[in-house]
Amino acid sequence: MVRSYAEAATSPAQMSFTFASPTQVLYNRATVKQVDVLTLSGSFRILAAHVPTLQVLKPGVVTVFAEDGTATRYFVSSGSNINADSSMQLPAEEVATSDMLDLATAKSNVNKALSHLAAAPDETAKVEAQINVEASEALVKALE
Amino acid sequence: MFSRGAAVLVYQPQWGQVRNMATLKDITRRLKSIKNIQKITKSMKMVAAAKYARAERELKPARVYGVGALALYEKAEIKVPEDKKKHLIIGVSSDRGLCGAIHTSVAKAIKTEISTLSDAGKDVMVVGVGDKLRGLLQRTHNKHFLVTFKEVGRKPPSFGDASVVALELLNSGYEFDEGSVIYNRFRSVISYKTDEKPFYSLDTVSGAESISIYDDIDADVLRNYQEFTLANILFYSLKESTTSEQSARMTAMDNASKNASEIIDKLTLTFNRTRQAVITKELIEIISGAAAL
Repeated sequence: MVRSYAEAATSPAQMSFTFASPTQVLYNRATVKQVDVLTLSGSFRILAAHVPTLQVLKPGVVTVFAEDGTATRYFVSSGSNINADSSMQLPAEEVATSDMLDLATAKSNVNKALSHLAAAPDETAKVEAQINVEASEALVKALE
Repeated sequence: MFSRGAAVLVYQPQWGQVRNMATLKDITRRLKSIKNIQKITKSMKMVAAAKYARAERELKPARVYGVGALALYEKAEIKVPEDKKKHLIIGVSSDRGLCGAIHTSVAKAIKTEISTLSDAGKDVMVVGVGDKLRGLLQRTHNKHFLVTFKEVGRKPPSFGDASVVALELLNSGYEFDEGSVIYNRFRSVISYKTDEKPFYSLDTVSGAESISIYDDIDADVLRNYQEFTLANILFYSLKESTTSEQSARMTAMDNASKNASEIIDKLTLTFNRTRQAVITKELIEIISGAAAL
């Protein structure tokens, strides 16, 4: 009886995923199955053979599905994700896991941001306050 | 009587350095000051070692982040068309000295870049991150300076600092076509290398042919990406630069302490010799005085 082992799948069919923020590295060329991101042009589910694309992230949750199917959720504040020849890079400005975030503080942040928006004196301050509002609301939505 | 054939001119310089035998007091004073200097350089070395340890620890994730963020430029292999004129050089260094050849190597690289680019007919502007670069380059290349950033190197750099620099550059009004960041890449505790990373303007990137294989790109996304990448490049080069600087300062202060120790040893020997000579002279005076009686 001839036994044979299955070959481990090699790189082109896999996605090498690099996910980092300026202060910490979460994935460095790790092999993952699928990544869900929320971008300015919509929500994407990215698998290994996705077409090359360049996206800007909205504040929201990034879900990473590892090889064995476990999903980990990260809250990303902003960043851009690049996908070139089946390697994906996700440099994010700030990343937090759900245990670092607190729902009550997030809700109060939303209220504070809204009041800033109402009180904003000029264009740039208004835009900054708007960004603050979006990020805080996304944070609340992610936690609920 | 001097014979004619052996006429010798005796020339006594009146204003040259006339070195007398150093007195004990001079040597003591010098010894004390060099010992103080050695204490200072030793403590500077300790401080630099602590800062270096922290900088190297923060460099590890920053390197992964920087390499990931710049992957698009490398994968897409963007080539700048030859007729693009405006170039921007960002030199990354710091404000503080006593760190070996850190600032001079970046300044030298900038100078050679400026001369090659000017010979090729391009407009070059220089941005200095760190006051030392301004000091090194301002006499000869003052007209190339766009803006200088100070207060660099006191605290470890953060992404916020890089964003501030990037924002200032984008608002400066200088429409560059391409640019490069010149910084010191950290290799090991004892070595670093001056390296150059290119970056491109929005028009160059959108005009590059390999960008067309990327799906779903519009001008907004690209502009966003460009600005973010500029901040990322600056962050990455700042991190590498501070690590190199602290390791170089550690080495420089270590060498200074060693040199000071050598001088202290030599001076101590001279001091002892001089002391013995003084004692011998006094003894001789006493003995010859007693013999005269």
